[in-house]
Amino acid sequence: MSALLEVEGLVKHYHVRGGGGLFGAPVVLKAVDGVSFAIPAGRTLGLVGESGCGKSTTARLVLGTLARDGGQVMFDGEPVGSVRDTRWRAQRRAMQMVYQDPLSALDRRLTVGKQVVEPALVHGLGASAERHEKALTIMDAVGLSSRFFDRYPHELSGGQRQRVVLARALILSPKLLVCDEPISALDVSIQAQVINLLVDLQEKFSLTYLFISHDLKVVRQVAHEVAVMYLGRIVERGDPEALFHAPAHPYTQALVGAIPTPRTRGRARAALQGDPPSPINTPPGCSFHPRCPRAEARCRSEAPLLRPLADGRFAACHFPVLSTPAREAA
Amino acid sequence: MTDASLPSTEVETSRRRRFFRAWPPAVLLALAWIAFIALVSIFADWLKPYDFMALDLRDRLAEPVFMGGTFRHLLGSDELGRDVLSRLIESVRMSLVIAFLSTLIAAAIGVSLGFLAAHFRGWVEQVILGAIDFMAAIPFLIIALAVLAFFGNTLTLFILLMGMHGWERIARITRGLAIAAKEQGYAAAASEIGASPFRVYGAHILPNIASTLIVAMTLNIPEVILLESGLSFLGLGVQPPLTSLGNMVGYGREYIQTAPWILLSPAVVIILTTLAVSVVGDWLRDRLDPTLR
Repeated sequence: MSALLEVEGLVKHYHVRGGGGLFGAPVVLKAVDGVSFAIPAGRTLGLVGESGCGKSTTARLVLGTLARDGGQVMFDGEPVGSVRDTRWRAQRRAMQMVYQDPLSALDRRLTVGKQVVEPALVHGLGASAERHEKALTIMDAVGLSSRFFDRYPHELSGGQRQRVVLARALILSPKLLVCDEPISALDVSIQAQVINLLVDLQEKFSLTYLFISHDLKVVRQVAHEVAVMYLGRIVERGDPEALFHAPAHPYTQALVGAIPTPRTRGRARAALQGDPPSPINTPPGCSFHPRCPRAEARCRSEAPLLRPLADGRFAACHFPVLSTPAREAA
Repeated sequence: MTDASLPSTEVETSRRRRFFRAWPPAVLLALAWIAFIALVSIFADWLKPYDFMALDLRDRLAEPVFMGGTFRHLLGSDELGRDVLSRLIESVRMSLVIAFLSTLIAAAIGVSLGFLAAHFRGWVEQVILGAIDFMAAIPFLIIALAVLAFFGNTLTLFILLMGMHGWERIARITRGLAIAAKEQGYAAAASEIGASPFRVYGAHILPNIASTLIVAMTLNIPEVILLESGLSFLGLGVQPPLTSLGNMVGYGREYIQTAPWILLSPAVVIILTTLAVSVVGDWLRDRLDPTLR
């Protein structure tokens, strides 16, 4: 099966000045440190992890809006670069971004209609009347009636604004949508609507999603595959049901354990100790070992690789949990 | 409390109070003066009673009406018998045209350089910032004197030269605002759909920062009027037979004891106009800055 998007060993390091103010020694911040995944056409990969683990950086590297320091991104058989040449521009038509905060992603001085039309205008698609027609069709598809065409972003509600952002992304008929926390800035009541809309649109336009979120329940609902990130690396990847029912990596186990559920009483919770270490001086060996309840001597010296497990999942752990499903501990 | 009309007068006063809070009287007066000046310069050809260059040698140094003169020359006449009112109207037009055009030039230069600095950063930004500091460090009057001394004086050159005044402030403001705007979602989003830098800066960033730039331009206008007056007063600005406000003051100073009216009326117009534009500019800044509202 050939994947629409193939990412191999993606690396992004920032050179920053360490502690000690002006005279601190330059250090390397490993924002993304060797991330690999593939998304087949028409499927959704959910990328989860706590804030600061490199999810959004991964998104921007995949889209080529940020220069990477290593690795390779192949989209539809072509490499994605970050140099703004003809191919880069052509690839914009096929891959689009859905932003976290719709109000800041929209220009408050332009009407909704102008902003939905703009991508088509930039890429010189169709005549003016055709673009207008197309914009109305797309707005209808995302559930915005034509009366919003001449409104300004600040006159819309949060959910409507996110629909405008979606319409703006969809007018170029892309194959891949990278959704960077598309619902975390929305009210809970609106979140479900936007999630359902995303699922409907995937079916209607046969879209492929890279869906980034820290909300595991949402990811479970939309994703066909889930990748869990910790400190710039993928620690576990696999089918969402298997992954959430029986997490193999202790970090995934802790994430799943942190999901609030109505039946918490008596359930064993694997609460994590401490904060994630700074990505500047990652611990030697497995980067998760200082917080891991099952860390042994080997974890402190040797970094685990992402290895396939018996049920087809991948986990980067020397001692993956396989038999005890976390949810059945109650 | 027998008077039933009391509440309605209270409503009336509160409405009036709200009106004057939004439009302070000083601002209203300033706006009225600017409108008056603008109308005078537009309709100058119909308003002036005589040609501004017409001599009337039999009626030289005639007193204005308010100093005991006749209605033949409302604001008196100068040493060659030219009507001061006609010259004043022509001067207002000249000074306003110079101030307006040169501010537009300054804004065009400032906005372009500011955007270039914000877009390229690195050494381009350093060069532009260096030029800005250079402009800010040298008194502009000295540059102007040097340029006019070397290249002679024509009206076009003079307007271009005045356009060199104040661009550094607009460039600095534009650079700062554009760097801030670039980090905001809308500009990044436009750039990520493949829009060219021209489109990102022209269609997205410029409209979003325009209000601040308009204020900076408004505050530049009185400075140009004063600069033009100063240079014309020194004899380096607008050359006779053309006339401007500063030029009138400059040539009137020789008669300041015998015929003060030649100098008085253009001086008053300079003061009132620069004051009015400054007042309106300050008020606009408060109105357009959302953080001060």
